[in-house]
Amino acid sequence: MTEVQYVAPGTLDEAVRVFASASGAARILAGGTDLLVQMRSGAISPGLIVDIKKIAEMTAIEEGADGSFRIGAAVSGAALREHAKLKAVWPGVVEAANLIGSTQIQGRASAGGNLCNASPAGDSVPAMVAAAATVTVQGPNGRRQLAVEKVPAGPGRTTLAKGEIVVSFTLPPRPKGSGDAYLRMIPRTEMDIAVVGCGVSLTLDKGTCTAARVGLGAVAPTVLLVEDAAKALIGSKLDAAALDKAANACRAACKPIDDKRGTIAYRTQIAGVLLKRAATIAAERAGRS
Amino acid sequence: MAKVHVSTTINGEPHEFLCDAEQSLLDVLRGPLGLTGSKEGCASGDCGACSVTVDGRLVCSCLVLAPEAEGKSIGTIEGMATTDRLHPLQQKFLEMAALQCGICTPGVLMAAKSLLDRNPDPTEHEVRFWLAGNLCRCTGYDKIVRAVMETAKDMREAVR
Repeated sequence: MTEVQYVAPGTLDEAVRVFASASGAARILAGGTDLLVQMRSGAISPGLIVDIKKIAEMTAIEEGADGSFRIGAAVSGAALREHAKLKAVWPGVVEAANLIGSTQIQGRASAGGNLCNASPAGDSVPAMVAAAATVTVQGPNGRRQLAVEKVPAGPGRTTLAKGEIVVSFTLPPRPKGSGDAYLRMIPRTEMDIAVVGCGVSLTLDKGTCTAARVGLGAVAPTVLLVEDAAKALIGSKLDAAALDKAANACRAACKPIDDKRGTIAYRTQIAGVLLKRAATIAAERAGRS
Repeated sequence: MAKVHVSTTINGEPHEFLCDAEQSLLDVLRGPLGLTGSKEGCASGDCGACSVTVDGRLVCSCLVLAPEAEGKSIGTIEGMATTDRLHPLQQKFLEMAALQCGICTPGVLMAAKSLLDRNPDPTEHEVRFWLAGNLCRCTGYDKIVRAVMETAKDMREAVR
């Protein structure tokens, strides 16, 4: 058995230093709900585990003066659920994160881990993409920000450079009349991996959609930002024709695989169905905001 | 190899232990600490038999590294009853026979207590969703849910 070292630095600078200077495989530990399972199955055997939960910035939810939210990468799903203001402003983001696993998993699993695990079916990611979340990353060369959809590179792979750590997600200020929603298709009631996931965020002005973003999960090697679907919604009153057009744009964007959870044809069909349903829920929420 | 030294609090009592970096909290609870109430079912976070609280938050102890317990307050099934008195959930599970083989029971009780601590008046729907991460291979779910609902009712009446 390889010797494993565990460190829990109190600062981000220290975490980046040890993570970047690791000679062998190193892993970041946030909630551990993917990492420990992968270690136990023998899929990975890191020589160094860097626990980031002693770093205040990584475990905090902060509301900015401009109405933006900053969510630390290691904040658990349970903590997201308990943040009443965040849940009121971004219900789709919170419901997506809360779909991951059981109560016990929610006590640990984080949006940062969900993103960096880079499963195409990660539930929080399409909702974050729809929300136009930006990710703050810190590495040996300092800090940078990038759009959340730029992080996944393929199943289990990210675009992060060696030594880089996802620090937080920033959700932008929310105009009046905005709403978001996330839906996923699974063959059972709860606790399964998405066959398709769809996040929609939009803004309405007197019933006309003035801004929209659509994120699709589990239908391609990475979560997708579907700009053509957003274009079909923007300028419309979310009538049946606009929803059909956006649904078709989602289907056109799909590059899924056949697997035990669903066929290519099924995933493609469902992507359009979920777009319509999620857009309708987001619009209903926008009308109340 | 070098062991990790951990100081933690378990069921209100200070504890110290040595562990390997990759050992789970469950391994340490059941091994050196001798707290065998928490069970290992799946070791992958699916079954909930190893449920404990860490700083009041319900988690699977099989998915927590033992070194993470440093400075934390851990709650296990051993801390649920007082010396001479079962917790109302434990008493109700006995009265209503809400267990068969018993392997899942410590985890179910920890999870149910965590729910009632937060929500003293849950709906059946809320109980079922909250306990969805606790698998019972004897399929005793209905009795479990009924016992939790009955306990919640008793506890609400007791505080009136």
